[in-house]
Amino acid sequence: MSRGDRLSLAHFWVAILAFGAASAMAFMQALSRASLDLPWRSAKLYYLSVTAHGVLMALVFTTFFIMAFGYVVVSRTLDQEPSGMKLAWAGFWIALTGTVTAAAMVLAGRATVLYTFYPPLQAHPAFYVGLTLVIVGSWCWGAVMLLSYRSWRATRRDQPAPLAMHGMMATVIIWFIATIGVAAEVLLQLLPWSLGWTATVDPVLARMLFWYFGHPLVYFWLLPAYVIWYTVLPRVAGGKLFSDPLARLVFVLFILFSTPVGFHHQFMDPGVSAGWKLLHTFLTFAILFPSFITAFTVTASLEVAGRMQGATGLVDWIGKLPWRDPLFSSVALSMILFAVGGIGGAINASFGMNAVVHNTAFIQGHFHLTVGSAVALTFMGAAYWLVPRLSGRELELGLLARVQPYVWFVGMMLFSFSNHITGLMGMPRRIYDATYGGSTVAAAWKGLTGVSAVGGLFLFASAGFFMLVMIGTGLAGKRTSVQPIEWAEPLHPVAGRRTWLDRYWVWAAVAIGLVLIAYAYPLWIHLQMPRFGSPGFKPY
Amino acid sequence: MNVELYEKIWMWASGFLIVAFVTTIAVGVAGSALQPPSHVETIDPTKVWNDPRFAKRGVSVDEHGDATVVLIAMMFAFQPAEVHVPANRPVTFRVTSADVTHGFEIVGTNGNTMVVPGYISQFTTTFHTPGEYLVVCNEYCGLSHHLMSAKLIVEAQP
Repeated sequence: MSRGDRLSLAHFWVAILAFGAASAMAFMQALSRASLDLPWRSAKLYYLSVTAHGVLMALVFTTFFIMAFGYVVVSRTLDQEPSGMKLAWAGFWIALTGTVTAAAMVLAGRATVLYTFYPPLQAHPAFYVGLTLVIVGSWCWGAVMLLSYRSWRATRRDQPAPLAMHGMMATVIIWFIATIGVAAEVLLQLLPWSLGWTATVDPVLARMLFWYFGHPLVYFWLLPAYVIWYTVLPRVAGGKLFSDPLARLVFVLFILFSTPVGFHHQFMDPGVSAGWKLLHTFLTFAILFPSFITAFTVTASLEVAGRMQGATGLVDWIGKLPWRDPLFSSVALSMILFAVGGIGGAINASFGMNAVVHNTAFIQGHFHLTVGSAVALTFMGAAYWLVPRLSGRELELGLLARVQPYVWFVGMMLFSFSNHITGLMGMPRRIYDATYGGSTVAAAWKGLTGVSAVGGLFLFASAGFFMLVMIGTGLAGKRTSVQPIEWAEPLHPVAGRRTWLDRYWVWAAVAIGLVLIAYAYPLWIHLQMPRFGSPGFKPY
Repeated sequence: MNVELYEKIWMWASGFLIVAFVTTIAVGVAGSALQPPSHVETIDPTKVWNDPRFAKRGVSVDEHGDATVVLIAMMFAFQPAEVHVPANRPVTFRVTSADVTHGFEIVGTNGNTMVVPGYISQFTTTFHTPGEYLVVCNEYCGLSHHLMSAKLIVEAQP
C-alpha cells in the first residue's frame, strides 16, 4: 500500500465510524418523534442526539470523507504522492483530536446546542475548541491539496488539470473562503465568551457569520459528490462523460456563487434588512444553473453508457445500466432524490414563501434529500468502490452492498416525503414531542410522524448494512492484487491545452469580489448599529 | 467550447426557468410588498421586562381597528400565552426574547419569524378565518422547547 493510499484510508475510516455513530443517533430521534414510549426516551437524550447526529454527520463524516477523497484524487489523477505528507498527517491528527473533544462534550451533555450552535445557547469551551481543531485540520488538508496541484502544475504548464482535480480545487477554494466566517464567529465571539473573557455576544452577528459559512458548507459537501458523478459514474456505467468543458464550467460557477447567498438562511431573522436578503435570493437562484447543467450532462453520460451496451430505443438504455453495482445504484438513486431536493431548495429560497416552511419539518425533509442522499448515498457508494481498491481487499458481504442503496432510497422517500408534508402543515423541526398538550392541529401530524419513523427504520437498516460491509471488508476481506482506479473519459476528445477555466486564482479573486459585494456593506452597517449583547444560557 | 444542440436548448431552458423564478419573486416584492419579516430595531435583552416598548404586553387596538400584539418569548413560554385579535384587520406582531433565540410560528399561516435576543421582530398580517390557532416556538431553545406554545384566537367582527 502506498503512503498516499494509507493516508486516504485513515481518513475514510474516521468518516465511516462517525457515520455509524451518527446513524444510531438518528434512529433514536425518528422513534422519539413518533412519540413511541421507549424506556430510555427523554428530552435530554433527544436533544443531545440531535446535536450529536448533526455534528458527526454534517461536520465530521463529510469533512473526513472529503479529505480522504481529495487525497485519492491527488494520488490517482496527478499520479503523485500528496505534497507535504507531514502536514497532511498533522491535519489528520488535529482534526481527529478536535472530533473526539467535541464529541466527548456532546455525549457528556455539556454541549447540547445543535450543530448550528447559535448563541446565546452556550456550550462548554472544549466543544468550540474541538470544532476549531476540525477546521484547522481541514485547512492543513486544503494546503496539501494546493501544494500538490502546484507541484504538478510546475512541470506541466500547458496541460489541463484532470477533471477530478479541477473539481477538488473548486472544493478547496470554496472551503477556504467559507471557513473564514465560522472561524471568525468561534474565535472572536463564542470561545472568549464561553471562557468568561467577554460577558456577552451579539446573536445576529453570530448568525451572519455562521451562515456566511453554512451555505458554502453545502457545496463543500456537494462538489466532491459531483466529482464522483462526473468522473467515476460514467465509467462504472460502461460509458463516457458527455461533456468535459461544461463540467469544468460547472465547478467554476460554484466557486463564484457558493458564498454570497447566506442570508437565504436568515430570511426570518430580525436585524437584517429585506434588501440584502433579496440580493442574496437572486444570487441563490443563479446557483441553480450549474446544477441544471449537471443534471443534463450526467444523465446524457448514462444514456451514452446504455447505448454503448447496445440500447437503441428511447428509454431502454436505462435498463442496460448496471443497477446491481453498488456504486452505480447508490449514485443513480441519490441523483433521483437530489432532483426532488433541488426543487425543494428553490422553494426554500423563494424569499417571502420561505415563511411557510422556515424551521418546519419541511426543512429536515429537504436536506435529507440533498446532504442526506445526494451527498451521503454517493459517498457510501464511493466507499464500496474505493475502499477495496485502496486496501487491496475484496468487498465482503456483496449482497448487502447491493441491497443497501435501495433500502436507503425507500427509507428516504418515506422519511422525507412525510416530513415535507408535516412541515407544510406547520410541524416545527427538532421537537422531542409533537403533541402540544393535545392540540387538535398537532394531532393531524400524528400518522405522518409514524411514516417518518418507519422511514427512519429503513434508513437505520441501510446504514447498518453499510457498516457491516465496510467493517467486514476492512477486517476480513480477501486480499487481492492492487486494482487500478479508472476515471471516466470524455466522449469527445478535449483540447490538449489548459483553458481559462483552469485559472483558479482568477476565479478565487472574482469569488472574493462577489463575497465583498454581498457581505462587506451589510456587515459594516450592522457593526455601526447600537447593539446589545446577550449573556450565555445552558438550558439543557 | 463545443456545446451540443440539445445541451444548448437545455441551458437556455434552465436560464429561462431561473429568470422566471426570480421575476416571480421580484413581482411579489414590487406588487404586494411581499417580504420576510426584516425589521431592524434593537433592545437590551437583559432589561426587556422594564423596557417601555415591552412593559405593557398583549393586544392593543387603534382607532381604525388595527391591532398590535406585543409579546415576550422566554424559556419555555410566550408571555402572554393567549391573545385575541380581530379577523380581517391588519395585525402587527412585535416580539422579543428575554433569554435565548426562539421562533414564533402561527401554525397553518405564513406568520413566522425568528425571535433573537437583542432585537425586536415585527411583522404585519391579516387573518381572514376566525378560530383558534396554535403558536409554537420553532427554534430549539432548550430541554422543554417542544412545550413552548401559545394560543391565538382570531375573533369575527360584528
